[in-house]
Amino acid sequence: MANDAPTPLERFLRGILPENPVYRQLLGMCPTLAVTSGMREAMTMAGAVTFVLLCANVLISLIRGLLKPHLRILVFTLTIATFVTIADRFLSAFLPEMSHKLGPYVPLIIVNCIIICRCEVCASRQSIPAAAADAIGQSLGFALALASIATVREVLGSGSWFGVELVSESLWPRWGIMLLPPGAFLTLGVLLGGANWVSNRRSVRRPVATTEG
Amino acid sequence: MEHLAELILIAVGAAVISNFVLTNFVGICPFIGVSRRVDMAFGMGCAVTFVISIAALLSWTFTWFILRPGAPLMTWIVRTVTGDPAATSDLMILSYIVYIFVIASSVQLVEMYVRKFHRSLYKSFGVYLPLITTNCAILFACLKIMAYVTDPKELWGLDKALVLAIFGGVGFTIAIVIMAGIREELDHCDVPASLKGAAITLIVAGILAMAFMGFSGVDANLRQAMLPDKAPAATQPATQPAAKHLAAAPWPGVYPRSSRKGPTESP
Repeated sequence: MANDAPTPLERFLRGILPENPVYRQLLGMCPTLAVTSGMREAMTMAGAVTFVLLCANVLISLIRGLLKPHLRILVFTLTIATFVTIADRFLSAFLPEMSHKLGPYVPLIIVNCIIICRCEVCASRQSIPAAAADAIGQSLGFALALASIATVREVLGSGSWFGVELVSESLWPRWGIMLLPPGAFLTLGVLLGGANWVSNRRSVRRPVATTEG
Repeated sequence: MEHLAELILIAVGAAVISNFVLTNFVGICPFIGVSRRVDMAFGMGCAVTFVISIAALLSWTFTWFILRPGAPLMTWIVRTVTGDPAATSDLMILSYIVYIFVIASSVQLVEMYVRKFHRSLYKSFGVYLPLITTNCAILFACLKIMAYVTDPKELWGLDKALVLAIFGGVGFTIAIVIMAGIREELDHCDVPASLKGAAITLIVAGILAMAFMGFSGVDANLRQAMLPDKAPAATQPATQPAAKHLAAAPWPGVYPRSSRKGPTESP
């Protein structure tokens, strides 16, 4: 390994803000938009993604010597699908209501670009501690992004946070649109613009996030 | 006739009412990434529609004969192997793995077939085909079909599954082509620097999604027009259109209940 390889701690920290999967890398947009109508859904989703990403990264890192180049994407997706099945069964057994609310978006973690991207970029090349640190950092960044969007949507849309009412309906007329699909697109668009604006002002390494999907 | 009416309802529902991109948020990555030019967007839409139909065909076959509880083929195997005539099989735990395998291999097969027999098509599709494996729209269609096939009240046949998949793909194409048309015009606009790229695309998508919400309730009206005797709940479709549409969705809990009485949904 060259000496520019970051330590596990650096990988962990990097995932949270500088390389935030949603705001900087534009990965995992589907769950970001779909499950952020409330904080509870968003945090359940973040927990499921953390579990799957951590397990998949560690397992891929363990078998990285056996991977064949042309089959690796298939191996990644099958590994991820296994852990997603575990997470889905767990949710429907212990949190049936939440599992029903999240609906198809739990199995859709399989095709979440964040996980495939981290397996490809990090886990298939790094040792287990590095892969695990990377997974936790990226998941925290993802959770942070989900939390920011869910906070805006839930506070504006239902006047509550984590289901606890903050202002009564007479004081704050509910913005029903925030809970519906258009609200998700608008919130993420505005927050992404805000994130770009802040990083442009600070002029951190890369001024504008790439727009490749 | 009744069957045809149901197929039409499924088609309209999949294409516009619960549009894959704008209502269900699947396929956002290509929607943002490949919507710069109309011809590219159309190519992507066609490729997705093509793969989605093949994946739906295969996943329906697997679900119907092998995976679902009491599936004929697996039940026969289990009974033959164990010798117990009352044994049944339920392999739904394997469904996600089977679907992702089906999608990955059908993308691979389509790519090989197109490369061998349709050179010009391959040149225009080439870039997008491998990307499609990780397109959530395809897995979403498979999961939606699974939900209907295993639901004892629905037990969808292959025709309904294919109609859902093809028109879901058509809905994706409609959304991405409209988006590309808008983005071509956006190139001539003075967008603030920090909103350039993905941010303004998402904001435009939000406005598009608002426009597409206008379609909610269409299915209740259509159902009443085509199947008047089978639509007891559709007598006042205009009072709560979104609630009707949500109640008809396979996962009614995707949106929180409080949204049904939001100010935007009053008639």
